[in-house]
Amino acid sequence: MTGKEAELEKLAQIQTEALAALADVADEGALEAWRVAHMGRSSAVMGVFSRMGSMDKDLRPVMGKAANEVRQALEAALDEKRQALEAEALSRSLETEKLDVTLPGRPVRRGRLHPLTQVLRRIFQIFGDMGFQVYPSPEVETDDYNFTYLNMPPYHPARDMWDTFYTKTEGVLLRTHTSPGQIRVMRARAPEPIRAILPGATMRYEQLSARSEIEFAQVEVLVVGEHVTFAELKGTLDDFARRMFGEYARTRLRPSHFPFTEPSAEMDVGCFVCDGHGCPVCKETGWLEILGCGMVHPLVLEYGGYDPAVYSGFAAGMGIDRSTLMRYRIDDIRHFRNNDVRFLRQF
Amino acid sequence: MKLPLSWLNDYVDVDDLEIEALAKLMTMVGLEVEEIRLVGRAKPPGDMHEFKYTGISWPVDKFVVAQVDEVMPHPNADRLVLCRVNDGTDEIIVLTGAPNLLEYKGIGPLGQPLKVAYAREGAELYDGHQPGRKLMKLKKMKIRGVESSSMICSEKELGISDAHGGVIILDDDAPTGMPLVDYMGDAVFDVNTLPNMVRDASVLGMAREVAAVTCRELREPDVSLEMDGPAIEGRADIQITDPELNPRFVLGLIEGITTKPSPYWVQRRLNLAGMRPINCIVDATNYIMLELGQPLHAFDYDILVERAGGKPPTIITRTAEVGETLTTLDGVTHSLDREMELVTDTAGPLSIAGVMGGEESEVNGETTDVLLEGAAWNFINVRKTVSKLKINSEAAYRFSRGVHPALAEIGVRLALKRMAEWGGGQVSQGLIDLYPNPPEDPVVVFSASWVNDSLGTNIQPEEMADILRRLAFECHVDGEMITAKTPPHRLDINQGLVGRADLLEEISRIYGYDQIPSHRLNQPLPPQHVNHQLMMEENLRDLLVNLGLQELVAYRMTSPEREERRFPPEYDGPYEEYLEIQNPITVERRVMRRSILATMLEILEYNSNLDRRLAFFEIGPVFHPVEGQLLPDEKVMLSIGLTGVRDLPSWGMDEPPVMDFYDLKGVVEGMLAGLHIENVHYRAGEHPSLHPGKTAQILIGDTVVGFMGELHPLVKANFEMGEAPVYVAELEFLLLLAAARTLFDVEAVPTFPPVLEDLAVVVDEAVTAAEVEAVIRKGGGNELKKVQLFDIYRGAQVGDGKKSLAFNLTYIAPDRTLTDKEVSKLRKRIIDLLGKELDAELRS
Repeated sequence: MTGKEAELEKLAQIQTEALAALADVADEGALEAWRVAHMGRSSAVMGVFSRMGSMDKDLRPVMGKAANEVRQALEAALDEKRQALEAEALSRSLETEKLDVTLPGRPVRRGRLHPLTQVLRRIFQIFGDMGFQVYPSPEVETDDYNFTYLNMPPYHPARDMWDTFYTKTEGVLLRTHTSPGQIRVMRARAPEPIRAILPGATMRYEQLSARSEIEFAQVEVLVVGEHVTFAELKGTLDDFARRMFGEYARTRLRPSHFPFTEPSAEMDVGCFVCDGHGCPVCKETGWLEILGCGMVHPLVLEYGGYDPAVYSGFAAGMGIDRSTLMRYRIDDIRHFRNNDVRFLRQF
Repeated sequence: MKLPLSWLNDYVDVDDLEIEALAKLMTMVGLEVEEIRLVGRAKPPGDMHEFKYTGISWPVDKFVVAQVDEVMPHPNADRLVLCRVNDGTDEIIVLTGAPNLLEYKGIGPLGQPLKVAYAREGAELYDGHQPGRKLMKLKKMKIRGVESSSMICSEKELGISDAHGGVIILDDDAPTGMPLVDYMGDAVFDVNTLPNMVRDASVLGMAREVAAVTCRELREPDVSLEMDGPAIEGRADIQITDPELNPRFVLGLIEGITTKPSPYWVQRRLNLAGMRPINCIVDATNYIMLELGQPLHAFDYDILVERAGGKPPTIITRTAEVGETLTTLDGVTHSLDREMELVTDTAGPLSIAGVMGGEESEVNGETTDVLLEGAAWNFINVRKTVSKLKINSEAAYRFSRGVHPALAEIGVRLALKRMAEWGGGQVSQGLIDLYPNPPEDPVVVFSASWVNDSLGTNIQPEEMADILRRLAFECHVDGEMITAKTPPHRLDINQGLVGRADLLEEISRIYGYDQIPSHRLNQPLPPQHVNHQLMMEENLRDLLVNLGLQELVAYRMTSPEREERRFPPEYDGPYEEYLEIQNPITVERRVMRRSILATMLEILEYNSNLDRRLAFFEIGPVFHPVEGQLLPDEKVMLSIGLTGVRDLPSWGMDEPPVMDFYDLKGVVEGMLAGLHIENVHYRAGEHPSLHPGKTAQILIGDTVVGFMGELHPLVKANFEMGEAPVYVAELEFLLLLAAARTLFDVEAVPTFPPVLEDLAVVVDEAVTAAEVEAVIRKGGGNELKKVQLFDIYRGAQVGDGKKSLAFNLTYIAPDRTLTDKEVSKLRKRIIDLLGKELDAELRS
């Protein structure tokens, strides 16, 4: 065996031993120890380089090349081993690190709109899409606006339909409905055509109970123009009902009486609780009364500043509390204004 | 009004209509059926019904007409009898304790068998011995050794009335063996009468509507009357003082009547209609009122003669005199005032016109001669009287809504006829009829095209006229034009333009709302207006919700005492004038609120035990009366309330800290920034409800727009609140609205990198953070983009009475990268200025 062959043999031996040792490496620490032992400054392969100067001149290129190859092979093996170890560590951690996903999340308290505001906004949205604009009107009203201009002169029998809170100021009362807003918006807009909705709080003298409130929200709808028809009233309110209560909501108009509209009607919608089969919510009728409506009475148009010989219109008024109550099957109407967080949190 | 269908069928054929179909068509014509009470008739098949049903049915195999052939004593009980009953197929022994059969006990086979309502074993009916209406099923049972499984029924057991004093004795011609439902099965509609349809608060009125909508014949009652007594002329007289209040007064006289019970079918009808049968005289007046809608009053003629000193009585209608009183037949004595219309005679008041009769002159068991009043009254006057005296009656219900004077005479005739039929007696020849003020029945002229234009329909003129004729209008059609004369039984049709609207309603109602087409608005879109206030209000709500707050909607009605709780007990503030409610529901809600803060505190109190973190806001009006202004100012206010922990507790985390003043301030700042309001600053302020050292005024420019702070401990003690301090803010919405900007400048996103550095300065305790920040900004100039306080230190290192404030400063130039040299120059300028203006030192 020549000296060269012996040296090459030795190098091959170094590589074989190092790779054999690497196979036993099982963790990052051992890998680092292996690197120091087999590739570090005092390792066998590095020893070859340091002995290079003392080698025969003609042996040097061959040995240098061979030693480099060994070193590269060890480096490659080291990289491979490191990746393998990392992959192993990752898969081990993926296997062992397990959360109890059923533990509750960190609470984030979000703000909420009051349920009545939420419903009102939906109504604004639906009528807004049809070109209606909101018009504000006062909650404390004069007797004239609340009754007389709505075709209910003093002692008119229809005044009985509303149990009224009067104030100690003569001729001033708490509005019993949003209808006085009709006169206000007409007087502000005449002779423009009108599509308005008038939301707000209304008050009626009732005994407070789970079923009756003294304060509640209403929305009034008003259209005035030169040829407004009953058919348009039906179409507009049908569209509203479908968007409010569902694409397949059934509706019907039933004759009724309001002094400020003629003809007058109540709109019923198919009970969304029992789907028309009869339940306590719809009092076994399959229908829920959701709004009153009708063609604006000529005298009301006149009080509003529109000539009833030229203009016509329709109006509708709906209670928000009651329909929300029915929708969510709320047991007590007073929840809306008691503001119990346990109630409000559910919306 | 309660409408028995058998009675309705007298005037229009409805027996062939399904109960449910009839109820539906009545509802769709404006006679809303609220409930259907079955009194024998079967409930329509199927499970989809549009009405609420109550009552019981009488199946044909369980309930029949039977006859009692003999009433025999019970071997072991004196109070019970055994009846030999023939039900048409079998002979059965039925045990009963009915007191009205005792008189037949032990007299052997009856010559004239008693016809009864008989229920067989297995029948379901109401338990007569239990209060209210409880169902039971007839089973075989033994009472005192005698077995019985079927029953002779009382009205209560059959669901006709609550009477259980004895079993029903039917008329002798009742056919034995006939199913009871065929003999007298019925259903009663509870009809809600609309205020303008009081003409239909009668069986005939409803029959007219049904006839009109079904195109069936209406059978009006026969008003012909046999008057074979002596003439009424000279037997009584009428004086009407004010024809406006009393347009008509009719008197009829019947003599020699026997005050006895009405025939069973009359009693049954009255019971079903919700009126208690009394005797044939009273029953006749009630019956005609229900049939026709004309209330009547029966006087005992002899009492009137006695009151007139033996002379023929003179009935005088007039308003009451001061101090006059009258005891009505319900036993209540009323003090009358000068507006109340009365029926009187020469001796004084007899009855309150149109409302209720007096006790003294009413008919009684001994009455033989009846003077019958049918009158018309001014509905407004009746309304006023009723509301002042707080009494009501079936008569007042109708008169206060308007009864046509033409009905007075018809009513008197029909009632006299019924009295003669049911109680015997002779009707005097003629009536005394004073009719000084007949109403003009309006004639309305309109064009068919106007109707079609209003409804969106295409109804022919003849069809419109036909609808109105079915409602008894007299119509004349001339091409497009229709002339309609109002029939003399209704007062709800007006003249002219309003009359046209009235007829539009009549035509559309009978034509059918469901027949009118439905289509979208075919109108030009009206001019669209800006509604800045609404937009900002909604925007503000969203902002506050995004900041984690719950919106409230609260009562407007409160009491001054409730609102006073927002002040410390010794607080002596200026007098606050409230808008007071004249008829409050409770003293707790007798004024309109002035303070939105008071509302917020109440709601925080209500919820104080219900959650660990409360964060609320409300946007709503408060009501301030203003001198010289009819309506109060409705000032829209915003309130915010915070209390409890900053974050909600969570597992594995430390107990969260409670919120402090700066949590509230963070919400206020976030809200104002969200509204793009500029020039906002805060300064220490005072507010009676708040802790004097923890109160800030919120200013926009020089305007105070609100305040915020920690609730004063003495105020907090007025409420039941938790331990955590409570923070509240109150702002005036309109002031925010004025300052809010919908158009605002957006700065370019910087393209050059910022230079960040910290600056800590030591200042006197009295110097505020805002003052330091203002000086820093002044020194830093345009390049200093952001100044943010991040730490406050007090302690030995800075010395007594001093504090160190540390800020993050951000410098950016829009057009270049700032050099270190430039920044250190700015920094020096800031430090110099701080030293000069605030005596501040750089903290090393």
